[in-house]
Amino acid sequence: MPAVSKGDGMRGLAVFISDIRNCKSKEAEIKRINKELANIRSKFKGDKALDGYSKKKYVCKLLFIFLLGHDIDFGHMEAVNLLSSNKYTEKQIGYLFISVLVNSNSELIRLINNAIKNDLASRNPTFMCLALHCIANVGSREMAEAFAGEIPRILVAGDTMDSVKQSAALCLLRLYKTSPDLVVMGEWTSRVVHLLNDQHMGVVTAAISLITCLSQKNPDEFKTCVSLAVSRLSRIVSSASTDLQDYTYYFVPAPWLSCKLLRLLQCYPPPEDGAVKGRLVECLETILNKAQEPPKSKKVQHSNAKNAILFEAISLIIHYDSEPNLLVRACNQLGQFLQHRETNLRYLALESMCTLASSEFSHEAVKTHIETVINALKTERDVSVRQRAADLLYAMCDRSNAKQIVAEMLSYLETADYSIREEMVLKVAILAEKYAVDYSWYVDTILNLIRIAGDYVSEEVWYRVIQIVINRDDVQGYAAKTVFEALQAPACHENMVKVGGYILGEFGNLIAGDPRSSPLVQFNLLHSKFHLCSVPTRALLLSAYIKFINLFPETKPTIQEVLRSDSQIRNSDVELQQRAVEYLKLSSIASTDVLATVLEEMPPFPERESSILAKLKKKKGPGALPVSELEEGKREGGGELNGGADRGNDMSAAASNASTPSPSTDLLGLRSAAAIGSAGPSTGSLLVDVFSEAGPTALSSGVNDEGFLRDLEPPTESSDSLLIEAPGESDSEDSAPPLPESDELLNKFVCKNNGVLFENQLLQIGIKSEYRQNLGRMYLFYGNKTSVQFLNVQTKPVEPLVEGGAQVQQVINIECLTDFSEAPLLNIKFRYGGALQNITLKLPVTINKFFQPTEMASQDFFQRWKQLNLPQQEAQKIFKASHGMDIELLKTKLLGLGCALLENVDPNPENFVCAGVIQTKAQQVGCLLRLEPNAQAQMYRLTLRSSKDTVSKRLCELLAEQF
Amino acid sequence: MMRFLLLFSRQGKLRLQKWFTPLAERDKKKIIRDMTMMVLPRAPRSCNFLHWRDLKIVYKRYASLYFCCGLDDKDNELLALEVLHRYVELLDKYFGNVCELDIIFNFEKAYFILDEFLMGGEVQETSKLLVAKSMEESDMLQETMEEYMNKPAF
Repeated sequence: MPAVSKGDGMRGLAVFISDIRNCKSKEAEIKRINKELANIRSKFKGDKALDGYSKKKYVCKLLFIFLLGHDIDFGHMEAVNLLSSNKYTEKQIGYLFISVLVNSNSELIRLINNAIKNDLASRNPTFMCLALHCIANVGSREMAEAFAGEIPRILVAGDTMDSVKQSAALCLLRLYKTSPDLVVMGEWTSRVVHLLNDQHMGVVTAAISLITCLSQKNPDEFKTCVSLAVSRLSRIVSSASTDLQDYTYYFVPAPWLSCKLLRLLQCYPPPEDGAVKGRLVECLETILNKAQEPPKSKKVQHSNAKNAILFEAISLIIHYDSEPNLLVRACNQLGQFLQHRETNLRYLALESMCTLASSEFSHEAVKTHIETVINALKTERDVSVRQRAADLLYAMCDRSNAKQIVAEMLSYLETADYSIREEMVLKVAILAEKYAVDYSWYVDTILNLIRIAGDYVSEEVWYRVIQIVINRDDVQGYAAKTVFEALQAPACHENMVKVGGYILGEFGNLIAGDPRSSPLVQFNLLHSKFHLCSVPTRALLLSAYIKFINLFPETKPTIQEVLRSDSQIRNSDVELQQRAVEYLKLSSIASTDVLATVLEEMPPFPERESSILAKLKKKKGPGALPVSELEEGKREGGGELNGGADRGNDMSAAASNASTPSPSTDLLGLRSAAAIGSAGPSTGSLLVDVFSEAGPTALSSGVNDEGFLRDLEPPTESSDSLLIEAPGESDSEDSAPPLPESDELLNKFVCKNNGVLFENQLLQIGIKSEYRQNLGRMYLFYGNKTSVQFLNVQTKPVEPLVEGGAQVQQVINIECLTDFSEAPLLNIKFRYGGALQNITLKLPVTINKFFQPTEMASQDFFQRWKQLNLPQQEAQKIFKASHGMDIELLKTKLLGLGCALLENVDPNPENFVCAGVIQTKAQQVGCLLRLEPNAQAQMYRLTLRSSKDTVSKRLCELLAEQF
Repeated sequence: MMRFLLLFSRQGKLRLQKWFTPLAERDKKKIIRDMTMMVLPRAPRSCNFLHWRDLKIVYKRYASLYFCCGLDDKDNELLALEVLHRYVELLDKYFGNVCELDIIFNFEKAYFILDEFLMGGEVQETSKLLVAKSMEESDMLQETMEEYMNKPAF
């Protein structure tokens, strides 16, 4: 045990830590910890009041145990007691404990807030700082509510000590980030800007973080900070290294402050005032010049600090993107770093150049470094540097160098690290598509991709190559020939078999003239791979075979033979068996005409954003912390509009002509794609509905993360029951009345959250939405189905232009204030061919979206059911089944409704009962539901009971349309 | 803004964890696991920066301890590297030739020093003198060695 040299060690704590360290095994450690916990618990429970020191020591031990990774479920109260101690060390430990182990226990939060309030009022700077730190560390909404008003006062008060000002500034920043609505702008804001002029460098350093964040959100209010920041920066840049005393870091004057100033300036466009701008350009030039000067110290800290400023300056230059001279200098500087002996600098240079590559002024300059970058890709020892090199190659790629870059990336793939292969594959696929001059090159590239890195070729990539081949007549023959050749390889990747099967099934006829690839040869080649493939691929191959029968009648006997074999027609896999049976039957009873119609060539796919691009974006995704959002799999729930998803739906819809749709699988084995995507064109088929339903459970968990709520912007006021910011609502007098079908469209969304809301020849509106308690967020995707641009899209939050075939997204935040029956209206206006299109739809926001499921036992259910016995609390409807009575489908719909489906509650197992709470801001409404199907009569009786009559009534209306 | 700072040993033992945004315990554990798994196997002279999800990871090894932090996408990696270094300097100034054991046995001090230097993931005070002074002042409010030795050992 080392001697504790400073301050107040706690001897008992040191002994305990030392014991833990001496434990030989995990079990021994747990035993020791349990012993200690028992000891502490008995001390806390004991009759004898503990003195402050012991309390501090035990709380500290608990903290240590927690930090070792064990759960702590007591001691919070003692820690709170420590807060009100007037001994500094006790208070400090109390605050540390609270900061690390925040408890959502509201009782406790009130006590903590009380202690903080006292310390803030104490005028003792040390205590005030401790309290401010605690607020910043916890940063909860309750704390923001309690202190967001007080802290700005402390920050700008004339008599506040410097150290307290620093803490107050950063504490306020923290609260502003978590609860921006609670930090009210006021008189203090103008005074905060002037902290940039404060004499104390530490105060400026802390304050500038706050100012930067506030400026990002309210640029106009903080405009004056630009000139202040420029003059402060200019003073630092031109100062000698000794001027700033302790704020000089390894001979670099105030590197932190300089970087923060440069970052603040990146919130604004270049200064309009000529003098300010001149001064700033001078600063930037000085920084670039200094990079060429010999270092003042050999220490890495010196060069790091100096280059940190340099990179931040380059970021600002790139942000302005208006000074060609500075941009080219920046690019040259980065070019030097590309070959620097410091790995870190090479890494950062590659990273910075990625952004430079997108500027028109420097794109060409970046391209001159292509050989160096390719070399880095080949020779860097560190995978993270190689990855940056690959990123840069991707960024600098254009038509002129695409073939070279794609070839280099392909050859790198053969040896690339496993961790980055999938991303590399996506990038190669995107570049190949984007810059394809001739599509045979594109097909070659993708097939090479599959050959080299088949395992990393995601579904999106091979879907995409098929989409493109189907949409381009000129490449179909070549594609058929190439896949045929690729399949000759003795071992080829399963993805190759999929692509091969699909393409030969569609276009095998184009190469059938050559005896070397006659229909039977093609079939035998495909079938030789069959037994090595997984079920989905086999299913796809079976579909290819039936297409062969249509393309080449001469193969019919051979293929029927195969379908008839026991291994197909009695396959243990239901899907394969079904296909074999149905295809066999189809081929033997259908006339050639029918066969030709059913198995017609796939129609061209609608042009839209590449599904792979969407995948890459998703990979890079908005996966910011909070990390729960990032958990793999959860994101699966949030479908996205992409070609891949559409493909699944298109194909299942097309294939349903040929075979009975089964609710769980689609015919071409693309189920997974369909389940992810949920916004394909609505064909109105059962199949599509079921697929869209596949999401709700996953979605609800996806929604359950804090980031969702945190990011939620404060909704705007509206007199309607529902707070909603829908485009066009403000000028409702010239909006068209809702479309007649809008109610029907609305009903489609009662039990699901994603799908296509509206579609006509011009426009498709897709919807993705998520709800949590009384809040919701809805994404509207406006897809332009025409080939011309939509200009001047009038909804402000949307990009003002929609490219032909492209789509834009709009986000609506929703808060449910009280219960409601009428859905909010969405008005869309645009011009097409000179005619104003005016469409009003009902936004699919219905009261059930705010359901929170409630699980309960049978007894509880019926007890509550009986309690809700007032006649107006019940709503009942008896109606005819309009969709058949498939039990699984009913369950899915009820779950989609948002309430909990309770098993083993109703004595009659045929019946369904559900329970949930509707969350509105005003109140919570408990709802119970009972659905009694009568299979014989094909009728349902639906009964709803809730504590509010309007809710029962509305839910009953909504639901009656669903079954 | 810095999202988190972790100190762990070469064996992957966590010595200090500081989270600047609220996270569920489960998520914290996942990050800790990912960081140690990602950083520990890296070759000695590799670059100090990584991408992880949408965060930038900056780490540096000091003797037996790895200092590792997660940054927002827009943050400056080199500067973060110097934040780590300045923290090490502060620990060193306080403990005098700091080693891993100091941080194990005086973990609360390590947190206090960090709090003086960073707040909410932003640099609060870069002056070494001022941070050290502030730590010293708070130690003045504490007991002497003699008092310490008189304390019960259990």
